[in-house]
Amino acid sequence: MTAKSVGIVVFPGSNCEYDVASVLEAMGVNTQFIWHGQRNLEGISGLVLPGGFAHGDYLRPGAIARFSPVMSSVVEFAKSGRSVLGICNGFQVLTEAGLLAGALQKNALLKFLCEEVELEVASARSSSTSLAETGQRLRLPINHFEGNYTCDPDTLSELESNDQVVLRYVENPNGSMNSIAGICSKERNVVGMMPHPERACDDLLGSVDGLHIFKSFASNL
Amino acid sequence: MNGKSMRFQAKVQVWLRSGIADPEGNTVSEAINALGYPGITDVRMGKIISLNVEADSRESAEKRVSEIATSLLSNPVLENAEIQIDEA
Repeated sequence: MTAKSVGIVVFPGSNCEYDVASVLEAMGVNTQFIWHGQRNLEGISGLVLPGGFAHGDYLRPGAIARFSPVMSSVVEFAKSGRSVLGICNGFQVLTEAGLLAGALQKNALLKFLCEEVELEVASARSSSTSLAETGQRLRLPINHFEGNYTCDPDTLSELESNDQVVLRYVENPNGSMNSIAGICSKERNVVGMMPHPERACDDLLGSVDGLHIFKSFASNL
Repeated sequence: MNGKSMRFQAKVQVWLRSGIADPEGNTVSEAINALGYPGITDVRMGKIISLNVEADSRESAEKRVSEIATSLLSNPVLENAEIQIDEA
Protein backbone atom coordinates (compact mmCIF):
# COMPACT_ATOMS: atom_id res chain seq x y z
CA MET A 1 0.00 0.00 0.00
CA THR A 2 1.36 3.41 -0.90
CA ALA A 3 1.72 5.94 1.90
CA LYS A 4 -1.12 8.38 2.27
CA SER A 5 -0.41 11.86 1.12
CA VAL A 6 -2.01 15.18 2.02
CA GLY A 7 -2.31 17.79 -0.71
CA ILE A 8 -1.77 21.39 0.38
CA VAL A 9 -3.38 23.71 -2.14
CA VAL A 10 -1.21 26.71 -2.97
CA PHE A 11 -2.73 29.80 -4.57
CA PRO A 12 -0.75 32.86 -5.60
CA GLY A 13 -0.68 34.67 -2.23
CA SER A 14 -1.03 31.64 0.08
CA ASN A 15 1.48 31.98 2.91
CA CYS A 16 0.87 29.23 5.48
CA GLU A 17 1.54 26.20 3.29
CA TYR A 18 5.04 25.52 4.69
CA ASP A 19 3.78 25.72 8.29
CA VAL A 20 1.05 23.16 7.55
CA ALA A 21 3.49 20.89 5.70
CA SER A 22 6.02 21.08 8.52
CA VAL A 23 3.43 20.09 11.16
CA LEU A 24 2.06 17.17 9.13
CA GLU A 25 5.52 15.91 8.11
CA ALA A 26 6.63 15.99 11.76
CA MET A 27 3.66 13.72 12.48
CA GLY A 28 4.86 11.32 9.78
CA VAL A 29 2.26 12.33 7.20
CA ASN A 30 3.45 12.80 3.61
CA THR A 31 2.52 16.11 2.04
CA GLN A 32 2.71 17.65 -1.39
CA PHE A 33 1.96 21.13 -2.63
CA ILE A 34 -0.81 21.39 -5.22
CA TRP A 35 -0.44 24.51 -7.35
CA HIS A 36 -3.79 26.19 -8.01
CA GLY A 37 -3.46 25.67 -11.77
CA GLN A 38 -3.28 21.89 -11.35
CA ARG A 39 -6.39 19.74 -11.69
CA ASN A 40 -4.97 16.30 -10.94
CA LEU A 41 -5.46 15.11 -7.34
CA GLU A 42 -4.49 11.50 -7.95
CA GLY A 43 -2.95 9.79 -4.94
CA ILE A 44 -4.16 12.49 -2.53
CA SER A 45 -6.08 11.27 0.53
CA GLY A 46 -6.77 14.60 2.23
CA LEU A 47 -6.61 18.28 1.32
CA VAL A 48 -5.64 21.38 3.26
CA LEU A 49 -6.38 24.90 1.98
CA PRO A 50 -3.95 27.03 4.00
CA GLY A 51 -4.07 30.64 5.09
CA GLY A 52 -2.81 33.67 3.22
CA PHE A 53 -4.22 36.09 0.68
CA ALA A 54 -5.15 34.00 -2.36
CA HIS A 55 -5.10 36.20 -5.47
CA GLY A 56 -4.48 39.20 -3.20
CA ASP A 57 -7.98 38.83 -1.70
CA TYR A 58 -9.11 41.11 -4.55
CA LEU A 59 -12.89 41.67 -4.70
CA ARG A 60 -13.41 39.55 -1.55
CA PRO A 61 -11.25 36.90 0.15
CA GLY A 62 -11.67 33.69 -1.84
CA ALA A 63 -13.72 35.30 -4.63
CA ILE A 64 -11.15 34.73 -7.35
CA ALA A 65 -9.53 31.64 -5.82
CA ARG A 66 -12.87 29.90 -6.15
CA PHE A 67 -12.44 29.96 -9.95
CA SER A 68 -8.85 28.63 -9.92
CA PRO A 69 -8.55 25.46 -12.05
CA VAL A 70 -7.84 23.30 -8.98
CA MET A 71 -11.17 24.19 -7.37
CA SER A 72 -13.40 21.99 -9.55
CA SER A 73 -11.21 19.05 -8.49
CA VAL A 74 -11.40 20.20 -4.84
CA VAL A 75 -15.22 20.24 -5.07
CA GLU A 76 -15.26 16.74 -6.56
CA PHE A 77 -12.79 15.55 -3.91
CA ALA A 78 -14.99 16.96 -1.14
CA LYS A 79 -18.13 15.40 -2.63
CA SER A 80 -16.39 12.02 -2.59
CA GLY A 81 -16.38 12.24 1.22
CA ARG A 82 -12.64 12.65 1.79
CA SER A 83 -11.28 15.10 4.36
CA VAL A 84 -10.80 18.76 3.47
CA LEU A 85 -9.57 21.38 5.96
CA GLY A 86 -9.64 25.10 5.19
CA ILE A 87 -7.71 27.35 7.54
CA CYS A 88 -8.37 31.10 7.66
CA ASN A 89 -8.16 32.18 3.99
CA GLY A 90 -8.78 28.51 3.15
CA PHE A 91 -12.06 28.70 5.11
CA GLN A 92 -13.00 31.83 3.14
CA VAL A 93 -12.25 30.01 -0.15
CA LEU A 94 -14.42 27.03 0.90
CA THR A 95 -17.40 29.29 1.67
CA GLU A 96 -17.00 31.14 -1.64
CA ALA A 97 -16.86 27.76 -3.41
CA GLY A 98 -20.11 26.74 -1.74
CA LEU A 99 -18.54 23.78 0.08
CA LEU A 100 -19.33 25.40 3.42
CA ALA A 101 -22.31 27.57 4.32
CA GLY A 102 -22.23 31.31 5.02
CA ALA A 103 -19.49 33.87 4.49
CA LEU A 104 -16.74 35.70 6.38
CA GLN A 105 -17.39 39.42 6.73
CA LYS A 106 -15.07 42.18 7.92
CA ASN A 107 -14.46 42.03 11.68
CA ALA A 108 -17.14 43.89 13.62
CA LEU A 109 -14.72 46.51 15.00
CA LEU A 110 -12.84 46.83 11.69
CA LYS A 111 -9.66 45.73 13.41
CA PHE A 112 -7.12 43.34 11.97
CA LEU A 113 -6.84 40.75 14.75
CA CYS A 114 -3.59 38.97 15.50
CA GLU A 115 -3.72 37.31 18.91
CA GLU A 116 -4.09 34.02 20.72
CA VAL A 117 -7.69 33.19 21.59
CA GLU A 118 -9.46 30.56 23.62
CA LEU A 119 -11.81 28.25 21.74
CA GLU A 120 -14.26 25.59 22.71
CA VAL A 121 -14.64 22.44 20.65
CA ALA A 122 -18.38 22.68 19.94
CA SER A 123 -18.52 19.35 18.14
CA ALA A 124 -16.07 16.47 17.91
CA ARG A 125 -18.12 15.06 15.04
CA SER A 126 -16.01 16.32 12.13
CA SER A 127 -12.97 15.15 10.19
CA SER A 128 -10.75 17.73 11.91
CA THR A 129 -12.04 17.55 15.49
CA SER A 130 -12.77 13.83 15.83
CA LEU A 131 -9.97 13.19 18.34
CA ALA A 132 -10.81 16.22 20.47
CA GLU A 133 -13.57 16.19 23.03
CA THR A 134 -16.70 18.26 22.81
CA GLY A 135 -16.35 21.07 25.37
CA GLN A 136 -12.56 20.88 25.35
CA ARG A 137 -10.77 24.27 25.43
CA LEU A 138 -8.03 25.04 22.87
CA ARG A 139 -5.69 28.02 22.67
CA LEU A 140 -4.94 28.95 19.06
CA PRO A 141 -3.83 32.14 17.29
CA ILE A 142 -6.12 34.11 14.99
CA ASN A 143 -4.79 36.40 12.29
CA HIS A 144 -7.49 37.95 10.12
CA PHE A 145 -9.45 40.99 9.03
CA GLU A 146 -12.41 39.12 7.54
CA GLY A 147 -13.29 36.52 10.16
CA ASN A 148 -16.77 37.63 11.13
CA TYR A 149 -18.88 34.56 10.38
CA THR A 150 -22.21 35.54 8.82
CA CYS A 151 -25.12 33.65 7.30
CA ASP A 152 -28.89 33.97 7.03
CA PRO A 153 -31.04 32.95 10.04
CA ASP A 154 -32.26 29.71 8.41
CA THR A 155 -28.71 28.59 7.65
CA LEU A 156 -27.67 29.45 11.20
CA SER A 157 -30.40 27.37 12.79
CA GLU A 158 -29.66 24.53 10.37
CA LEU A 159 -25.95 24.63 11.31
CA GLU A 160 -26.84 24.54 14.99
CA SER A 161 -29.46 21.79 14.76
CA ASN A 162 -27.17 19.60 12.60
CA ASP A 163 -24.30 20.05 15.06
CA GLN A 164 -22.18 21.58 12.28
CA VAL A 165 -20.53 24.26 14.45
CA VAL A 166 -17.22 22.65 15.40
CA LEU A 167 -15.36 25.51 17.11
CA ARG A 168 -16.61 28.54 19.04
CA TYR A 169 -14.74 31.51 20.48
CA VAL A 170 -14.98 31.65 24.27
CA GLU A 171 -14.85 35.46 23.96
CA ASN A 172 -16.10 36.56 20.56
CA PRO A 173 -13.31 38.71 19.04
CA ASN A 174 -14.80 39.61 15.65
CA GLY A 175 -18.60 39.67 15.82
CA SER A 176 -19.14 36.17 14.39
CA MET A 177 -22.74 34.94 14.71
CA ASN A 178 -23.09 32.57 17.68
CA SER A 179 -19.31 33.04 18.25
CA ILE A 180 -18.62 30.64 15.38
CA ALA A 181 -14.92 30.03 14.71
CA GLY A 182 -15.27 26.86 12.64
CA ILE A 183 -17.94 24.79 10.92
CA CYS A 184 -18.20 21.56 8.97
CA SER A 185 -20.25 20.40 6.00
CA LYS A 186 -23.41 18.34 6.48
CA GLU A 187 -21.38 15.23 5.61
CA ARG A 188 -18.81 16.36 8.27
CA ASN A 189 -15.76 15.76 6.01
CA VAL A 190 -15.19 19.41 5.01
CA VAL A 191 -14.10 21.69 7.85
CA GLY A 192 -13.33 25.41 7.82
CA MET A 193 -11.85 27.37 10.72
CA MET A 194 -10.51 30.91 11.15
CA PRO A 195 -7.87 30.12 13.86
CA HIS A 196 -4.46 28.81 12.79
CA PRO A 197 -3.77 25.38 14.35
CA GLU A 198 -0.48 25.09 12.39
CA ARG A 199 0.90 27.97 14.45
CA ALA A 200 0.26 26.12 17.71
CA CYS A 201 1.96 22.75 17.32
CA ASP A 202 5.24 23.34 19.11
CA ASP A 203 6.00 24.27 22.72
CA LEU A 204 8.28 27.02 21.43
CA LEU A 205 5.23 28.72 19.92
CA GLY A 206 3.37 28.78 23.24
CA SER A 207 0.70 26.17 22.54
CA VAL A 208 0.48 22.67 21.11
CA ASP A 209 -3.32 22.64 20.97
CA GLY A 210 -3.27 22.77 17.17
CA LEU A 211 -2.16 19.13 17.24
CA HIS A 212 -5.69 18.10 18.24
CA ILE A 213 -6.86 19.42 14.87
CA PHE A 214 -4.07 17.88 12.77
CA LYS A 215 -4.14 14.54 14.58
CA SER A 216 -7.88 14.35 13.98
CA PHE A 217 -7.42 15.30 10.32
CA ALA A 218 -4.62 12.73 9.88
CA SER A 219 -6.73 9.99 11.47
CA ASN A 220 -9.41 10.56 8.80
CA LEU A 221 -7.28 10.18 5.67
CA MET B 1 -21.06 39.52 -34.75
CA ASN B 2 -20.01 41.02 -38.13
CA GLY B 3 -20.72 44.69 -37.84
CA LYS B 4 -23.75 44.04 -35.64
CA SER B 5 -22.04 44.20 -32.29
CA MET B 6 -22.79 47.08 -29.99
CA ARG B 7 -20.73 48.61 -27.24
CA PHE B 8 -22.06 49.17 -23.76
CA GLN B 9 -20.72 50.44 -20.53
CA ALA B 10 -21.94 48.53 -17.52
CA LYS B 11 -21.74 49.62 -13.90
CA VAL B 12 -22.19 47.03 -11.20
CA GLN B 13 -22.88 48.40 -7.73
CA VAL B 14 -22.26 45.97 -4.91
CA TRP B 15 -23.88 46.64 -1.54
CA LEU B 16 -24.11 44.68 1.68
CA ARG B 17 -27.60 43.27 1.95
CA SER B 18 -29.94 44.97 4.37
CA GLY B 19 -29.74 43.23 7.72
CA ILE B 20 -26.01 42.55 7.29
CA ALA B 21 -24.00 44.72 9.66
CA ASP B 22 -21.93 47.33 7.83
CA PRO B 23 -19.13 48.32 10.23
CA GLU B 24 -17.49 50.64 7.69
CA GLY B 25 -20.76 52.46 7.03
CA ASN B 26 -21.36 52.80 10.77
CA THR B 27 -17.89 54.22 11.33
CA VAL B 28 -18.31 56.77 8.54
CA SER B 29 -21.73 57.64 9.96
CA GLU B 30 -20.18 58.31 13.36
CA ALA B 31 -17.50 60.48 11.75
CA ILE B 32 -20.19 62.53 9.97
CA ASN B 33 -22.02 63.00 13.26
CA ALA B 34 -18.78 63.97 14.97
CA LEU B 35 -18.30 66.69 12.34
CA GLY B 36 -21.63 68.09 13.43
CA TYR B 37 -23.71 67.59 10.25
CA PRO B 38 -27.32 67.01 11.24
CA GLY B 39 -29.81 64.64 9.67
CA ILE B 40 -27.44 62.10 8.09
CA THR B 41 -28.39 58.46 8.68
CA ASP B 42 -28.06 55.05 7.04
CA VAL B 43 -24.56 55.46 5.63
CA ARG B 44 -23.77 52.33 3.65
CA MET B 45 -20.46 51.50 1.97
CA GLY B 46 -20.35 49.67 -1.34
CA LYS B 47 -18.27 49.38 -4.46
CA ILE B 48 -18.74 50.19 -8.12
CA ILE B 49 -17.21 48.03 -10.82
CA SER B 50 -17.24 49.43 -14.33
CA LEU B 51 -17.03 47.17 -17.42
CA ASN B 52 -17.07 47.74 -21.16
CA VAL B 53 -19.15 45.14 -22.97
CA GLU B 54 -19.40 44.25 -26.63
CA ALA B 55 -22.58 42.34 -27.43
CA ASP B 56 -25.23 41.78 -30.11
CA SER B 57 -27.95 43.42 -28.07
CA ARG B 58 -28.64 45.16 -24.80
CA GLU B 59 -30.38 42.00 -23.54
CA SER B 60 -27.38 39.80 -24.17
CA ALA B 61 -25.07 42.37 -22.55
CA GLU B 62 -27.37 42.52 -19.54
CA LYS B 63 -27.53 38.76 -19.25
CA ARG B 64 -23.75 38.38 -19.38
CA VAL B 65 -23.09 41.16 -16.86
CA SER B 66 -25.75 39.83 -14.51
CA GLU B 67 -24.11 36.38 -14.52
CA ILE B 68 -20.70 37.93 -13.83
CA ALA B 69 -22.19 40.08 -11.07
CA THR B 70 -23.72 37.17 -9.17
CA SER B 71 -21.00 34.57 -9.75
CA LEU B 72 -17.89 36.67 -9.17
CA LEU B 73 -18.42 40.35 -8.39
CA SER B 74 -20.72 39.82 -5.40
CA ASN B 75 -21.31 37.13 -2.82
CA PRO B 76 -25.10 36.67 -2.57
CA VAL B 77 -24.75 35.54 1.06
CA LEU B 78 -23.65 39.06 2.01
CA GLU B 79 -24.23 41.34 -0.93
CA ASN B 80 -26.68 42.59 -3.55
CA ALA B 81 -25.55 43.64 -7.01
CA GLU B 82 -27.34 46.36 -8.99
CA ILE B 83 -26.58 46.65 -12.69
CA GLN B 84 -26.80 49.71 -14.89
CA ILE B 85 -26.09 49.45 -18.63
CA ASP B 86 -25.64 52.36 -21.03
CA GLU B 87 -24.70 52.45 -24.67
CA ALA B 88 -21.08 53.51 -24.91
